[in-house]
Amino acid sequence: MRDNANHRRIPPRVTANVCEAAGCVSLRSIEVARLLEQRLDELDERGTGDATVKRVGCLGLCAAGPLVKIPQTGELFENVTVGSEAFVRLVDHLMAADPTKGARPEPSSFFVHQTPVVLENSGLIDPEDIDDYIAHGGYEALKGALTGMSPTQVIDQVVASGLRGRGGGGFPVGIKWQTVAKSRTSDRKYVVCNADEGDPGAFMDRSVLESDPHRVLEGMAIAAYAVGADTGYVYCRAEYPLAVKRLKTAIRQARRKGVLGQHIADSQFSFHVEVRLGAGAFVCGEETALIASIEGRRGSPRPRPPYPAVSGLHGRPTLINNVESFANIAPIIRNGGEWYAKTGVGRSRGTKVFALAGRVVRTGLIEVPMGITLREVIFDIGGGIIDGRPFKAVQTGGPSGGCIPAELLDATLDYESLAEKGSIMGSGGMIVLDDTSCMVDVARFFMDFSRDESCGKCAPCRSGTTQLRMLLDKIVEGQADMRDLSRLEELASMVKATSLCGLGQNAPNPILSTLRFFRHEYLAHIKERVCPAGVCPIGQKSEVTV
Amino acid sequence: MRQVSPAAPRDDKRWRMVDARIRRLGNSPEGLIEVLHTVQEAFGYLDHETLAYVGNALGVPPSRTYGVATFYSHFTMKPQGEHTCVVCTGTACYINGAGSIIKRISSELNVEPGETTADNRLSLLTARCLGACSLAPAVVFDNEVQGKLTPDDVMTHLEQLS
Repeated sequence: MRDNANHRRIPPRVTANVCEAAGCVSLRSIEVARLLEQRLDELDERGTGDATVKRVGCLGLCAAGPLVKIPQTGELFENVTVGSEAFVRLVDHLMAADPTKGARPEPSSFFVHQTPVVLENSGLIDPEDIDDYIAHGGYEALKGALTGMSPTQVIDQVVASGLRGRGGGGFPVGIKWQTVAKSRTSDRKYVVCNADEGDPGAFMDRSVLESDPHRVLEGMAIAAYAVGADTGYVYCRAEYPLAVKRLKTAIRQARRKGVLGQHIADSQFSFHVEVRLGAGAFVCGEETALIASIEGRRGSPRPRPPYPAVSGLHGRPTLINNVESFANIAPIIRNGGEWYAKTGVGRSRGTKVFALAGRVVRTGLIEVPMGITLREVIFDIGGGIIDGRPFKAVQTGGPSGGCIPAELLDATLDYESLAEKGSIMGSGGMIVLDDTSCMVDVARFFMDFSRDESCGKCAPCRSGTTQLRMLLDKIVEGQADMRDLSRLEELASMVKATSLCGLGQNAPNPILSTLRFFRHEYLAHIKERVCPAGVCPIGQKSEVTV
Repeated sequence: MRQVSPAAPRDDKRWRMVDARIRRLGNSPEGLIEVLHTVQEAFGYLDHETLAYVGNALGVPPSRTYGVATFYSHFTMKPQGEHTCVVCTGTACYINGAGSIIKRISSELNVEPGETTADNRLSLLTARCLGACSLAPAVVFDNEVQGKLTPDDVMTHLEQLS
């Protein structure tokens, strides 16, 4: 059994919260935690156990891992690798620190601009210990809903919160719940959590599942109660072994505690959850393809309507929401929809989790209120560009999104504002680009991705993405003329208008948005046969690098 | 009529894992992807023999087992080398130089992505995104993720794999 801080009667003087989410784990944080425990044990001659080690989820600032936080004093230790000077400093500090004395350090600007709601427990609780989640108010929202609220009242709170789908679509979550709740055609309904985070450059769902898996299960259970479902699936990427492991542990513990399974909290409500593994297909993020995959078939989408809310898994009404959407539910039910709606701007309410990466100093996982500006995110939270190079663009929404240039840095982050600028909110991947990136090459990178991931069912997407990729190849090789550019534009609009599902409809976005803001780079490749960033193999045969 | 499970193709203990998984999923055709995950975990790859066995046990036609196995990029029909090296080609890794890492491995070890070296020592693979974007560019050596690598670092790591 794990010796856990909150199982003790006397709380320890200080706790070292060691991040054990995937980023820090690959920097050997598991070994760091083990050695730290060993070292503290050796130094604790009287066996007081007043300095302990706790394994927690993501502490956010992934760039400086392995991270260790002392919650009692608010200090964060960065780059605590095995045998490092930081490790020695941490041990000394843990032995000597007195949380009752001395001022708490000023938190870094990485943290002060953030508003944790989804991530409120991340880095604070042990993700493999349900008691720790319960000690932090976990499963109270579910019990509260089961004992004191009707399903309609639950849905009303979600509608009032203004929460919109966090997987990228931005469809109002409450309205989706109402539709599924109203479907009375079937004996059975399902709740599905979409954890097939396929966007390259996005790791929000992975971090949430690794850091606070019970929060997602609680959100699903509340949803199931609200819409009248009894079975749920979490469809998770196989590429996330740690997230899958923690999720399975969480399901097992929740069953044992009686917060999942038959007659939850002695009510009439029963809800069973199973994990289904994806197998590496981006298109499975599309809800009808995801359903096909859960049914053990190829992940090919089908035309909608009927929407899954009416006819989904096994032809029955199915509620599909993304990990982050479900993770928002417990706080909404606990504090009320109005409380949630206080944050945000316009029709975008609440907070959004972003995975900040690319050429930015402080990469990591952040949660900010809707309506924050890109400048605040990239410069105040992210600490600006690596080596002080000039900022060029920020890519949001992955292969379905677009690039926003430096002139629009003061634009706000919300669904409408991003759509207006030719990008999308997407699931929350945010890649910062500097002058070392060529925008035509970036567009080609995403088109190569979409071409490879196209399921092949509809012709506009299957052939269109291939043709678009070939036109971009010609441009980066310096072989294109102006007719190719107009072909590119024409074809991009055609693929967008005629594809069957979101993959094809959004695949041209990276081209269209770079053409809108960085047309001069395309023209430089075509007219002057130069790549301004010096990335493209002008005059050579381009090699497929991905 | 009660469905009788066919006997495993070979007298190999690894089949017990697969059989157990098939039983737990109630021999349901829906469990195909789950079972293929188990097969690949046990044997390292899928082949026609295993597909035929799984299809038979789940009551799924060969067209569908083959269709599913080849649709999903996680499943491979080729045996892997003694070691695997997976280079992440997600956006953050791409703009931070994943391409030059692949190029270097390809040219020095004479192996293309998705292939295994002639001496069967190393399989070079690419991943869409590992979600380790803060460590870009990231590479997985035999299931162990390493981050912020240069092509030189990668070659040193590869030499150390034994």
